[in-house]
Amino acid sequence: MSVALPRLSGRAAERAALVAVLALLAAAPLFLTPYATSTVTRIMVFALLAASLDLLVGFTGLPSLGHGAYFGAGAYAAGWCAVHVTASGPVALAVAIAAGAVVAAIAGCVAVRARGVFFLMLTLAIGEVVQQLAESWHDVTGGSNGLYGIPAARLGGFSLIDVGARHWFVLAGFAVGAAAVRCIAASPLGDTLRGIRDNEARMRALGYRVYHYKLAAFIISGAVAGLAGGLLAAHQRLVTPPDVGLGTSILALLAVTIGGEGSLWGPCVGAALVVVITDALGSSLGGHGPLVLGLLFVVVVFALPGGLARAVAARRRAAS
Amino acid sequence: MSAALSCAGLRREFGAVRAVDGVDLSLPAGARHALIGPNGAGKSTLFRLLAGGLRPSAGRIALDGADVTRLSEARRARLGIGQTFQHSSLFLSMTAGENVALAAERAQGRPWWPLPRAHAARRERVGQLLGEVGLDGRVDAAVMALSHGERRQLEIAVALATRPRVLLLDEPAAGLSPAESARLADLVRRLPDEVSLLFVEHDLDLVFRLATRVTVMHLGAVLMSGSPEEVRGSPEVQAAYLGSGRRQDLFLAPASEPASEEE
Repeated sequence: MSVALPRLSGRAAERAALVAVLALLAAAPLFLTPYATSTVTRIMVFALLAASLDLLVGFTGLPSLGHGAYFGAGAYAAGWCAVHVTASGPVALAVAIAAGAVVAAIAGCVAVRARGVFFLMLTLAIGEVVQQLAESWHDVTGGSNGLYGIPAARLGGFSLIDVGARHWFVLAGFAVGAAAVRCIAASPLGDTLRGIRDNEARMRALGYRVYHYKLAAFIISGAVAGLAGGLLAAHQRLVTPPDVGLGTSILALLAVTIGGEGSLWGPCVGAALVVVITDALGSSLGGHGPLVLGLLFVVVVFALPGGLARAVAARRRAAS
Repeated sequence: MSAALSCAGLRREFGAVRAVDGVDLSLPAGARHALIGPNGAGKSTLFRLLAGGLRPSAGRIALDGADVTRLSEARRARLGIGQTFQHSSLFLSMTAGENVALAAERAQGRPWWPLPRAHAARRERVGQLLGEVGLDGRVDAAVMALSHGERRQLEIAVALATRPRVLLLDEPAAGLSPAESARLADLVRRLPDEVSLLFVEHDLDLVFRLATRVTVMHLGAVLMSGSPEEVRGSPEVQAAYLGSGRRQDLFLAPASEPASEEE
């Protein structure tokens, strides 16, 4: 005898999926090996970075190649704070958010005045400057050796030493960051950013201060990327120049493109694919992870223009 | 009383071409003023100069007597200049309601609010504005799914949502069917008296029905400015505007009663 399951509405289905994913992420340390748990933790860090970039690329129409800079600023600031000031996890994350926002504010003042390929080149240059700074400012960043010896984050008197505790700490940070991005995307500010992406000239004609809104998006995006960087420092307890470099920026942009810009969940899925292919499957692919990632990118661009999220949305529309 | 919008000696050059050449124009409060002229006369350039999309090479623009010549387009919009464009300029990934809401929320001054807005009040205001332009029940329609005529109507709803004191409409009836054009005329007649209207239009029948004053431009300069009857009867305008005179019927035979000042 077959049992007819109640059909959920679109929004209810989304909520159910979100709860299921969060429950799975929370339970991951209970049934996964420490290495697999660590990979899932890394996915969350990278997913938050991709979601923050989506706020720029998908919602504001500003494809940035320098997002590693704000991520790195957050990671180094949190690590430095943990080593020299306090091991408190929340304090380190607050410092990371502030560092990401400040670097993004400085970079954004210049970058958002440019458009198209000039914007892309400016953000690329900003990323390079921050990476060079990470390699040469030895006293603060540890130079090319990286910032190591970061103590385990402390929370409420507990030291988050084991993999599971760090995973839950990162999960909490990821949930807060992703919820903040989602909230902004659903607010009038999010609508304004989408308006700028669609038709900047019309927004000006309506009286919007486009420069201010683009700068605000840049700073918020940088703050969330900084938070992701702080979570990386808490998870790895080591920050190196490659973590903040062009490679990280490109992988984040790849995650957004593969997942589908403007959807928030799509870039998170894209980030999971990127981390799994580059990190987890990297060794079993004989070092050809980047090649597989490149092929995946080409396939998505041709077969799923708009990424996974748009393909799913199209299927839903066709089914309804 | 000062004019709602005025310009004096307005000039704009593109290299050796003088697109707008020393234009003086005054738009009294509550005016229904049409700007006509053959293609290339400089009408759209003048619109962009007045709205702030282009900077003039020389001249002065005043809004309610205050000099706004050096103010940006966005600043002028916040001071009360609303506009629609010759070519459709909407937010294509959004619904009709979202397009209007974006304009309305700027006018209400709370677009930075970080939490989801009060949906009920927003939808009511948006629905009212869409109803005014004849788009009842189209709140959730995607812009891409709207017909050309509906998009033109939506453009006007978006402009009205900013609560403008001066409304600049650039060819609002372009591509509209006769029924849609009639609806547009009805909408313009119902505009509040405090809104001053300046519109560019090639449909001369519509111009003579709606306008209380008509300015004719030719080769970047004002050829004449007067009542619809004066413009209609001017041989100079007929020669400049029609060239070969193939459509003199538009001038010689009134299509309908001209608008009165009370409308």
